[in-house]
Amino acid sequence: MSTTSRGTTVRLPQLGESVTEGTIGAWLKQVGERVDKYDPLVEITTDKVNAEVPAPVSGVILEIRAEEGNTLPVGAELCVIDEGGTAAGTLAPAAQPPAASEPASRANGHGAGTRPPRAGGGEADVLRTRSSPAVRRIAEEHGVDIGRIQGSGLGGRVTKQDILRYVDEQHAAPPTPPVEVAPPPAAVRAAGRAIEEIVTGPRPGEIVARPAPQPAAPPPPVAQLPAAAARPEVAIWEGDQVLPVGAVRRQIAEHMVRSERTAPHVTLWMEVDMSGVVASRARAQERFRQEEGFELTYVPFVIKATVHALREHPYVNAVWDEERIIRRKAINIGVAVALDDGLIVPVIKHADDKSIVGIARAVRDLALRARAGRLTVDEVQGGTFTVNNPGTFGTVLSTPIIVQPQSAILSTEAVVKRPVVVEDAITIRPMMNLSLSIDHRILDGLSAARFLGTVKHWLESVRPDTPLY
Amino acid sequence: MKQHDSGGAGLQTRDRLPAGLTDADLLRMYEWMVLARSLDERMWLLNRGGQAAFVISGQGHEAAQVALASALQVGKDVLVPYYRDLGMALVFGLTPRDLMLSLLGKKGDPTSQGRQMPGHFSSRRLNIITGSSPVATQVLHGAGVALAAKLRGEDTVAMTCVGEGGTSEGDFHEALNFASIHHLPVIFVVENNGYAISVPQRKEMAVASVAERAAGYAMPGVTVDGLDPIATYVVAREAVDRARSGGGPTLIEAKVHRLTPHSSDDDDRTYRPAAELQEERAHDPIPMFRARLMELGVLSEQQEKEIRDRVKAQINDATEFAEQAPYPDPSELMLHVYGA
Amino acid sequence: MATKLLIDAIRDTMFEEMRADERVIVMGEDVGKRGGVFRVTAGLVDEFGENRVIDTPLAEASIVGVAIGAAFHGLRPIAEIQFFDFIHPAMDQILNEAAKIRYRSAGDFNCPIVIRTPYGGGVHGALYHSQSIEAIFTREPGLKVVAPIMPSDAHGLLKTAIHDEDPVLFLEHKKGYRLVKDEVPDNDGAIPIGKARVVQEGSDVTIITYGMMLLESLAAAKKAAEKDGTSVEVIDLRTLRPLDRDAILGSATKTGKVLIVHEANKIGGVGAEVAAMIAEEAFAYLDGPIMRVAGAEVPAMPYSPPLEHAYLPNQEKIGAALDRLAAY
Repeated sequence: MSTTSRGTTVRLPQLGESVTEGTIGAWLKQVGERVDKYDPLVEITTDKVNAEVPAPVSGVILEIRAEEGNTLPVGAELCVIDEGGTAAGTLAPAAQPPAASEPASRANGHGAGTRPPRAGGGEADVLRTRSSPAVRRIAEEHGVDIGRIQGSGLGGRVTKQDILRYVDEQHAAPPTPPVEVAPPPAAVRAAGRAIEEIVTGPRPGEIVARPAPQPAAPPPPVAQLPAAAARPEVAIWEGDQVLPVGAVRRQIAEHMVRSERTAPHVTLWMEVDMSGVVASRARAQERFRQEEGFELTYVPFVIKATVHALREHPYVNAVWDEERIIRRKAINIGVAVALDDGLIVPVIKHADDKSIVGIARAVRDLALRARAGRLTVDEVQGGTFTVNNPGTFGTVLSTPIIVQPQSAILSTEAVVKRPVVVEDAITIRPMMNLSLSIDHRILDGLSAARFLGTVKHWLESVRPDTPLY
Repeated sequence: MKQHDSGGAGLQTRDRLPAGLTDADLLRMYEWMVLARSLDERMWLLNRGGQAAFVISGQGHEAAQVALASALQVGKDVLVPYYRDLGMALVFGLTPRDLMLSLLGKKGDPTSQGRQMPGHFSSRRLNIITGSSPVATQVLHGAGVALAAKLRGEDTVAMTCVGEGGTSEGDFHEALNFASIHHLPVIFVVENNGYAISVPQRKEMAVASVAERAAGYAMPGVTVDGLDPIATYVVAREAVDRARSGGGPTLIEAKVHRLTPHSSDDDDRTYRPAAELQEERAHDPIPMFRARLMELGVLSEQQEKEIRDRVKAQINDATEFAEQAPYPDPSELMLHVYGA
Repeated sequence: MATKLLIDAIRDTMFEEMRADERVIVMGEDVGKRGGVFRVTAGLVDEFGENRVIDTPLAEASIVGVAIGAAFHGLRPIAEIQFFDFIHPAMDQILNEAAKIRYRSAGDFNCPIVIRTPYGGGVHGALYHSQSIEAIFTREPGLKVVAPIMPSDAHGLLKTAIHDEDPVLFLEHKKGYRLVKDEVPDNDGAIPIGKARVVQEGSDVTIITYGMMLLESLAAAKKAAEKDGTSVEVIDLRTLRPLDRDAILGSATKTGKVLIVHEANKIGGVGAEVAAMIAEEAFAYLDGPIMRVAGAEVPAMPYSPPLEHAYLPNQEKIGAALDRLAAY
């Protein structure tokens, strides 16, 4: 039923489940006749039911548009009623119930894989050349040509064990016994992520997070180690301890090599007078420890300063992408966390939303979970800038390596009390060096120095009344 | 098996109203019947107008339903109805607005939030047990409710209803069997309108009346004129009193008329002789009761008009309300499969 | 803690729960005086009386239907169907009523009943006392289906089932009643529905199974380990609906090779759903086809011993499949 400028059109309703058409019977009202709402207008015959269609509104019959004896589909126009200016509430047409949408089937397939040979060969050949999803995935991740591997499976098939053994042999010294490689964490595998997202995994078989299945994106090219033939052999001497290279160590190694190779690193240093920060922290420490249950360190101050500086100098919060530079809007700060067997960089997303205390909480939470191996994949990716803190171990200068694909990394060194000159007088101040490594493709010395200067200035402007919350 | 009617012709004066029925009771019953019928008719109109996908109802059953439900203690006793029990649902507290929401499948429909077809009355708060479409499954539930009531030491009565077609289902017989073994406080009501869709009673059973089946379960069985609300009420009260005092179950067969096709998807002109339908329409329980009440001096023309106006206003209000109400959101689809 | 047979663990749980909550009642054929044809309910009627332990007529639809009605009015009924093979007349009440009550009333009503029934074969029960037709019920949303075989699991899961606000079909392997033994906690140790158990860890192949086939699978796994050094992980599903996705996928991604074993027919069985889930969600980790060892694809288990033996999976058949899969 619809309302036109001349009146309300009455349409043939659906008079039963699965009824799609009806035959017009006798018209009970004539053109020009006045009808009340619910008065029967016309008889309709269908193969299921016969009925009289009632008037949806009161008014005068303007026009009859369906002839007796005609068979019309549901929805066809029957007649028009002129409501004659009376503001009659029109009956809402029966709405179709929302169709249940089928969830799009999500194939998590990783491409076609190797196709079996068409002619000749036979089933043995098929088995040998075709690989299982697990084998293809491992091959992809490590850049391995499956054809080079001797298969011990059915029909000479390369099994998961075969390829894992092969991959280990590429990285381990020859006489090592078969390596017990802990199966890589499922979360990382499922995502097929680029190397920079390093995750120390949960226990074998345990899933930390199940990322929503996505169409497999081709992973970025992985830096390949030179072929074994070009590497000079390292001799083992008596008393040496030979250790296998675990998955985590291997991933860190590959990332560092690639980062150094692709980004020309330049490191700048500045000294920062931390007396304001020291005082502020001392003032807040007791209340903070009581309320939060842990100690406030300098790291949240540094991160806050960094966030501030990134806002002032957005060109630092950027990514080099060959033909273009992408300036990230989000400020996601990676915080390097040292682990027993390596390093991991969880990310504080949208760090610019947080106060100093908020940052402190986030750092604490991520660090605890990082050490417990309980981070999710999402928490170790998407960083736009990284802050590192070797100063806790006592360093006063360092040359950090950038976490790809970011364009810079900041290390904070130890806070050391030193004699310095302030207004031509010698005084003792707690001094801390900041080490900033930049990707010289994107950043220059001047812009980098400006950025680092802003960080320094912010830290040196901290007063005891600087709000922490 | 007993036959009951209230001997309408003999009831000339108000002093002889049975079972403690007052004028007010009679007027209330009459108004329920009028409300049920008017709501029913409006639902069919909305279906024929294309707004309501499906209607199934109880035109012709109103007197029996209202009388039976009125004999129970609303708020305490439990109703386990079937799809024609519109009158009973109203007496037990579902409102015209509730039932219109259900008819149009709208959000806020208390019986099922738009999930069930209309006619599936349900409300935990009102002690109306949710039912399904397979016929007679609810009769076993009625026996189960009564079992629990008895085990818990309550004097709660359960009433469960079904059509005469439903008495062919195994569940019906299993329920009567179980209830009679354990003397459960349940009343089995069969609203016999002579047709199970198109199948007439003589093809549905060999016994002359449904009430005869009670003997097979050592249970009292009564046939009553379901077009006479007073007679039906008397029978109902007897059964309720029996159940409540620990006397066990009763089978009541209320003989009624089906004045519409089985549902909006049925065309009874293919199987019902026109003359038969006309005859039944001529003995419509509502005008018959109105005439009786006027004869008894219980209902005046003025009161009749007031009732009609009141009912019309409620129906129009309910229609408008339900038409304006929103549909449930598709995001609700996955809710309530399991508990928390 | 005490070492108990499966049957004793189930019975003791019912005693514990009926003592703790007077709303819990038991109803079924021969459950009262006779104590059940397997004697699972022995002693209950003496302690709790005929009002709470009801000998019902021989009418399965009413056993479940009356239980549903009683649950509507505040009781917590445990309905017993004497053999899984005889549950068919109650299907309407189970699938159209119990499973759908919460959904159809949009949460206004719910149906907290437990339906207990002995299932499974290997006891010369032939076609009508050996059936494993759980697949008919595991496809029903709104219903929960559990099939513990270890007595401690039966104890823990029955407790949970009785307290569950939704209908639970509780399957008891009749061969296991007097065969399977383990340590059962006293009156605590409820186990959540929907959690499988890794019975033994391994790294080469996973066996996912339930019921008496758990024992057969463990035996086959032991042999494979001794013979070829194959490291087999064995998982007891315990709950058939809802399936423990995390356990299933976790193990599949770990080993990459999965063998599913059950007594019930293969086509449309619980194993089919497990296999589909793994193929859909852990495809990238598969190193071999997902295999199933199941009961023969015939209408039911025959009576004559060699025929019954030919029907059932056993450690030899499981072992052969294990070998093929491990070598793939």
